Amino acid sequence: MEVKRLIATPEALAVIEKLKKENGELVFNQSGGCCDGTAPMCYAKSDFHVPSRNIKMGDVGGCEFYIDKDQFEYFRYSQIILDVKEEKAAFGNSFSLEIDLGYQFITRSRIFSDAEYNSLPKDQK
Amino acid sequence: MAYSRPTYKPRYENFIGGEWVPPLSGEYFDNLSPVDGELLTKIPRSSTADVDAAVAAAVKAFETYKHTTVIERSTLLNKIADKIEANLEALAVAETLDNGKAIRETLNADVPLVIDHFRYFASVIRAESGTVSDLDENTISQEIHEPLGVVAQIIPWNFPLLMAAWKIAPAIAAGNCVVLKPASATPMSILLLMETIQDVLPKGVVNIINGAGGKIGKHLSTHPDIKKVGFTGETTTGQLIMQYATENIIPSTLELGGKSPNVFFESIMEKDDEFFDKAIEGLVLFAFNSGEVCTCPSRALIQESIYEPFMKRVLERVKAITQENPLDPTTKMGAQASVNQKEKILDYIRIGKEEGAECLIGGAEYKNKTFPKGNYIQPTIFKGHNKMRIFQEEIFGPVLCVTTFKDEAEALAIANDTIYGLGSGVWSRDAHQLHSMSRGIEAGRVWVNCYHLYPSHASFGGYKKSGIGRETHMMMLNAYRHTKNILTSYNKNKLGFF
Repeated sequence: MEVKRLIATPEALAVIEKLKKENGELVFNQSGGCCDGTAPMCYAKSDFHVPSRNIKMGDVGGCEFYIDKDQFEYFRYSQIILDVKEEKAAFGNSFSLEIDLGYQFITRSRIFSDAEYNSLPKDQK
Repeated sequence: MAYSRPTYKPRYENFIGGEWVPPLSGEYFDNLSPVDGELLTKIPRSSTADVDAAVAAAVKAFETYKHTTVIERSTLLNKIADKIEANLEALAVAETLDNGKAIRETLNADVPLVIDHFRYFASVIRAESGTVSDLDENTISQEIHEPLGVVAQIIPWNFPLLMAAWKIAPAIAAGNCVVLKPASATPMSILLLMETIQDVLPKGVVNIINGAGGKIGKHLSTHPDIKKVGFTGETTTGQLIMQYATENIIPSTLELGGKSPNVFFESIMEKDDEFFDKAIEGLVLFAFNSGEVCTCPSRALIQESIYEPFMKRVLERVKAITQENPLDPTTKMGAQASVNQKEKILDYIRIGKEEGAECLIGGAEYKNKTFPKGNYIQPTIFKGHNKMRIFQEEIFGPVLCVTTFKDEAEALAIANDTIYGLGSGVWSRDAHQLHSMSRGIEAGRVWVNCYHLYPSHASFGGYKKSGIGRETHMMMLNAYRHTKNILTSYNKNKLGFF
């Protein structure tokens, strides 16, 4: 079975579709640091200038998903699973768009086995 | 005796122009307590029109407030501090219920620090001055300060009241008016704070707008009447705010977290005395505020010669951490701020195990018998190496990652091997070592033989990806005002060019 660096749950893909209707093209950037730091941020593509040296992790629901180059060094051996949770109450203090609809995207991840990592296409290692 | 849970108003409104104003949408969201998972109150879900109303109220207030004297503003800040002090216990209970942190922290740290912050800025503005230079016998240059105008402040959920104070106090001391957005997980204590001080606060000087950050965050940050944005939170929204700030060419101050090293040298164990006892506590402070601190000492670097005996003593101290009821003053560690936060921490604990880190203690959620629906995690320590994700990503929970080093050079290399640079700690009995390490560490704050002290008169802020700008200390005033140069010639003669 083909191993992918980035995948999304069906629930996350459904929320992406809803957000696209309201905001047009979207882009994801993996965040870091304080508070909601481990969450991916979802912005209108026209709003966020993706830092030019960020690394593209892949596409989800037709949207590009990026991560800071330094952060990627530590995510290198992880598979990223974009998921979403209904969140009606405590949705942090980020500007990510899905929180307006009562959701929060989550970056779930797991560490690749050696065999899985070795089978990744060269440009994804 | 544990404090009991008070009944709060069934719902709160936005605080705009000194009035409690319902959101135009008429929509509210639930504010749940992480202590017991039960509803605290309902909070407005604001729209961009509510933001406009708050900014307009602040703009109107600024027309008058900018003319207030230093004495008037100093008196205002002192009155605010007095009001908060008179309501210290009620605000501490609200903060514990809203955020989850243990009541002994809110009673003895959060709220007293809030009070002191207002008093500090009340006093420093009385004692400072601009500068005057005698450029030549007929030319005088004056550097004077003027407020920026209306500033937007977006604050986090880990220290709701204290982060509000860190941002509001210097801003209004410098003569600005504020539109503040609390984190949606922890809005209530700030609204209670406004109730506490609304009688002494001129209308519109501080306005509170609630809701999700997506649309109103953008609207607020790009509003043409906003002259500065202050933000504490994660890195990507920090970058977005900087990008938004380019639209109106305004400054932004960002505090974006860290992965702070806490370095313990072998000399701490030369004696088993008060200082060694302090060093043990210094390591266990990773559990302070349930680990939800930007400066959480979440990486402990221990000299290998003392690792075994030191960790033995540390683990005894961690085992003594009591959880159960955050409203009981004897409880040492409270709840995590939200269900999401709890799940994220558990995810990192799983990742740590997958990465091959050794779990020395904890490593699971805490099953709370008193509050089975609350969000609790056991204090957890992993042993591993600094390249692991759990050593590099901010977990924002009571999870400590421990590793060892051989000598000072290796300690410094590991300490600085991080994309962040907010807090750090160095523990040693060797004065030269303390000095060389504290100069070598790339971070905005180095605690030397101490940790987690937050005096008002000490600057706080990050190197590297931990952000831009400083908070606390009177230098913060200049982050909230312009410098105007008035250059006066008393020479009656022309230059002679034309």
